[in-house]
Amino acid sequence: MEGLTLSDAEQKYYSDLFSYCDIESTKKVASNGRVVELFRAAQLPNEVVLQIMELCGATRLGYFGRSQFYIALKLVAVAQSGLPLRVESINTVKDLPLPRFGASKNEQESRHTTSYSSDTENQGSYSGVIPPPPGRVQVKKGSVSHDTVQPRPSTDQQESTSPVVSPQQSPPTSPHSWRKHNRHPSGGNNERPLPGPGPFWSPFSEAQTGSSAGDAMWSGHSPPPPQENWVSFADTPPTSTLLAMHPASVQDQTTVRTVASATTANEIRRQSSSYDDPWKITDEQRQYYVNQFKTIQPDLNGFIPGSAAKEFFTKSKLPILELSHIWELSDFDKDGALTLDEFCAAFHLVVARKNGYDLPEKLPESLMPKLIDLEDSADVGDQSGEVGYSGSPAEAPPSKSPSMPSLNQTWPELNQSSEWETFSERSSSSQTLTQFDSNIAPADPDTAIVHPVPIRMTPSKIHMQEMELKRTGSDHTNPTSPLLVKPPDLSEENKINSSVKFVSGNTVADGYSSSDSFTSDPEQIGNTVTRQRSHSGTSPDNTAPPPPPPRPHPSHSRSSSLDMNRTFTVTTGQQQAGVVAHPPAVPPRPQPSQAPGSHVHRPVDAEGLITHTSTSPQQIPEQPNFADFSQFEVFAASSVNEEPDDEAEMHPEVLQVEKTSDPSSSLRVAKPDGRVEEKTAASAPANVGKSTTPLAPPPKPIRRRLKSEDELRPEVDEHSQKTGVLAAVLASQPSIPRSVGKDKKAIQASIRRNKETNTVLARLNSELQQQLKDVLEERISLEVQLEQLRPFSHL
Amino acid sequence: MAVCIAVIAKENYPLYIRSIPAEHELKFHYTVHTSLDVVDEKVSAMGKALVDQRELYLGLLYPTEDYKVYGYVTNSKVKFVMVVDSSNTALRDNEIRSMFRKLHNSYTDVMCNPFYNPGDRIHSRAFDNMVTSMMVQGC
Repeated sequence: MEGLTLSDAEQKYYSDLFSYCDIESTKKVASNGRVVELFRAAQLPNEVVLQIMELCGATRLGYFGRSQFYIALKLVAVAQSGLPLRVESINTVKDLPLPRFGASKNEQESRHTTSYSSDTENQGSYSGVIPPPPGRVQVKKGSVSHDTVQPRPSTDQQESTSPVVSPQQSPPTSPHSWRKHNRHPSGGNNERPLPGPGPFWSPFSEAQTGSSAGDAMWSGHSPPPPQENWVSFADTPPTSTLLAMHPASVQDQTTVRTVASATTANEIRRQSSSYDDPWKITDEQRQYYVNQFKTIQPDLNGFIPGSAAKEFFTKSKLPILELSHIWELSDFDKDGALTLDEFCAAFHLVVARKNGYDLPEKLPESLMPKLIDLEDSADVGDQSGEVGYSGSPAEAPPSKSPSMPSLNQTWPELNQSSEWETFSERSSSSQTLTQFDSNIAPADPDTAIVHPVPIRMTPSKIHMQEMELKRTGSDHTNPTSPLLVKPPDLSEENKINSSVKFVSGNTVADGYSSSDSFTSDPEQIGNTVTRQRSHSGTSPDNTAPPPPPPRPHPSHSRSSSLDMNRTFTVTTGQQQAGVVAHPPAVPPRPQPSQAPGSHVHRPVDAEGLITHTSTSPQQIPEQPNFADFSQFEVFAASSVNEEPDDEAEMHPEVLQVEKTSDPSSSLRVAKPDGRVEEKTAASAPANVGKSTTPLAPPPKPIRRRLKSEDELRPEVDEHSQKTGVLAAVLASQPSIPRSVGKDKKAIQASIRRNKETNTVLARLNSELQQQLKDVLEERISLEVQLEQLRPFSHL
Repeated sequence: MAVCIAVIAKENYPLYIRSIPAEHELKFHYTVHTSLDVVDEKVSAMGKALVDQRELYLGLLYPTEDYKVYGYVTNSKVKFVMVVDSSNTALRDNEIRSMFRKLHNSYTDVMCNPFYNPGDRIHSRAFDNMVTSMMVQGC
């Protein structure tokens, strides 16, 4: 024969046909049976057919060899195209459309043709063709109409199939021609190829048209195709030989071959459904996927390892790159293994890809592994809808049965429920953990973990505080206290003094009564004060922390010491009652002033007051703020007189002097009155306070005096006019023995020394605290700078 | 902003290399290639120490006037090299670390794909997307 050059499409087509006709696989096609029918399907006049046969040399040979057959086909194409049949035309005619074989009115034929056409298409560009939506729409409609219009004429099928097929295969007319062409031969051989292509095609067409006959066909043919498809899926070579016979297999190869669908119906349904909504999995599909999953992994709850999945999906003949992408999409949890959902998603993606759909960039929602039961049920609904629409597959209106969806759903449900459980477990565990923590939090009382209970650990501090307080006010009371500094506000000091007096009085009393007491009471402070006083300076007189019980009333020149002595003695005498009552800055003066009926204490108190006042003048030089120099002078004058009485007298004298000096004694009186008023508030029990005035730490001398005045005042008022009373009191004072003053002087000297050290230390303390504050501020600023300078760090 | 990101296999051939400005691609290729020497130097230097996260991140390999080169090596001796534009506000060390961490995670995902053969070029779209996001915003 002349050399025959065939285009690739032609080559394939011809080989298909040849295989189709070559029933016996003898590479020779007898001029009978299918060949004849094939040629008849070409819808050519018989003469032409005969001519063709002669031309190709079959008549000579008596059979159709492959080459003859090809030539014959070519001539058929030539003839169909209207060209005169010439041997030369075989090669000369270029761009010859493929020989078209008339379609028989057989549904199967139509299916065949469709299959053929799709075959060729598949072989060629099918995989790369994306069926346009209209096709899908048609399919949809077709399938939808399935329910309504059961029987469908084959012509309808053909028509429907053709339009259906064409979109799928992309539009060139040749496919049409092919289809028709194929139909013809296939029409003649419905039975044989049917098992393969038939069911394959029928589901396909039925998916589109939904003919009941097709259903029957399907049902009839459904079983074999799976096997064949399986085979085709698994082995490439057999499929190639079965090409013509089983266009379905071819289609499998190219389209859904990977699936090796148990049912072509499923496959086609899948295709159609995938076309329609590519990412929805129908129930049948899902069932199929599940079955496939089971073949790899019997446990539906388990995983398919990556390697097994790789092998499985490699069978789909998709390029590794695409498979890789499909894997990326479907392995939702990136664990290198596929759960059932992931597997179904991957499978579905492979099917879609086979059908020509481009892979999405992201996993479509419908394919996402369901993590919530709700989604599952929703998906079930979708799937059932899909089923209805995709047309009845051979296996009978399938899986609309709730069983399958339920089956499908149980899995994911189980999966998800398990996931849920784990989730809840995790959460519950976390809760338990938190509960645990909360349980642990309330520590047992037995455990060492105890709430830090604020305890005053440092009585010293309190002492210090009170010391300061005392210092502010105590300077007045404490004869030895050099620190009378905080005098800016005399009134405050008065108050403080009163309190301090009280405290000091208490402490003094305590000091006398009990050597050490660490209570945080003012007594404590007083104790410390006393202690300090006693400790710091008192080497000469040092009397152990408890001041010497018997405190003679030394007649000390310095009024302050006298005061102290007085106070001490008074306290000893009066115990705490007096001490307690002393808080107000009761100057010793009032006590003596209260002398009417005054006990010895009173004079003593007066003396103490006097001593206080005396001390105050002494402190005057140390405290420039101290106002009353006049008093000091007066006192100095009076201090010569060592008799406390004198001093006591002096005090009132001083006061009197003050008063007298003042042009308006009333003013003075007023002042003290004011003071008294202030002090009365502070000193509740005036009487007692007065009595214990000497006990109070020396406040400002002036204050003291004033206080004493104040204290005295009310009582004075009570008894007599202030001045008069004072004078009387003062007069009564001289009766105090002087020896007491001496002792007092010594003690007060020591006290003074202690006070000095106290003040020094206090100053030092304040300075250090100030320094500390400064340093802290510096530190803070440095830290801020550091923060600013430090490069930001991302976390 | 990272202008070039490269993944180098153990045998020092590139598994993946991508640069943002196309015109300097060759220059970046060359830069990455030369930086491999520095990487090897650093890797050998701390080979004695325990393997920990810190060692995976190699830090600044070397700076030039235009850009800086950072390195990161995995336990399987797969190296990530990142070229960062200096003109960009200096990316802090932690940012670079986080970028490498993301790279490493994406690379691990690629590895998990059974269809990926170790030693093949990386064609994963997810990996590409991740790298693109890093190069665009540099974080």
